Amino acid sequence: MKSLAELAAIREKMQNKVVLREGSSDMRVVVGMATCGIAAGARPVLNTFVEEVANSGLGDKVIVTQTGCIGICQFEPVVEIYESGKEKVTYVKMSPEKAKEVVEKHLKGGQVIEEYAIKNI
Amino acid sequence: MKELSLNILDITMNSVKAGADKINISLFETEETLQIEIKDNGCGMKEDFVKNVTDPFTTTRTTRKVGLGIPFFKLAAEQTGGSLNIVSKHESDFPDLHGTVITALFYKNHFDFTPLGDIISTLVTLLQGAPEIEWLFVHKTPAGEVLLDTAELRSVLGDIPLNTPDVLLWIRESLEEQYGEIKAGSSL
Repeated sequence: MKSLAELAAIREKMQNKVVLREGSSDMRVVVGMATCGIAAGARPVLNTFVEEVANSGLGDKVIVTQTGCIGICQFEPVVEIYESGKEKVTYVKMSPEKAKEVVEKHLKGGQVIEEYAIKNI
Repeated sequence: MKELSLNILDITMNSVKAGADKINISLFETEETLQIEIKDNGCGMKEDFVKNVTDPFTTTRTTRKVGLGIPFFKLAAEQTGGSLNIVSKHESDFPDLHGTVITALFYKNHFDFTPLGDIISTLVTLLQGAPEIEWLFVHKTPAGEVLLDTAELRSVLGDIPLNTPDVLLWIRESLEEQYGEIKAGSSL
């Protein structure tokens, strides 16, 4: 059985980090999670972003959030990347594999994967 | 939807959007049936809206005039010989006790029963998106039960948010462990 003591240990670890995190997120990953997104496979896409961002040590720089219907249901799962000072990038027909690639190349490497993106509307 | 857990995620998003600060997701299973109940203390729906809410052309979404969340869930229940029921109290009529309860009954042995699927991912997704809500999840099966009570976790975590990656991982593993223990006898 997972113990609450483990949770207390996570708390100890996080408390030291909290100061560092404040106001430092400069990239936002937004996953469309309305009926259209969920039916098309947004749940594993979102969870891949959450896990990969944490695993690649981007947790202080990138936040992953959810939103409702973005309005282009035929292109779901849709993921938008917002970065201060840059134009929004909209990735369409995402999958967990593509999400991993976006974390690696775009979030980490700063390079937009044009192949998966559409022109902003 | 390929899994009922995706319907649960979709329907529960409505509770999040209704401004609930407490959401209970309960699954009650027997050998023959699965009952899914989603209960929130959000703003609720007015009587007229509830009457039409299973109609695909009733929706709160602003990007188009079709809403399929509840119709999909209703269809999934009815195609097994089951049913969907909604009780809602709007905050303007019930200022102290408002919210919505959606209950769906499924017959598990019916040919058209959709499997529950990855309910753990649904819960982790909900907690990730709305960590400030108090969540209570219970899944009762003939072989035992699985429980997730975020109030209990919060009493240990203090002000560390529920959607901290390490916390989400702990929650996932805790649920996996509990399901591992009751696996025999459940519909998973």
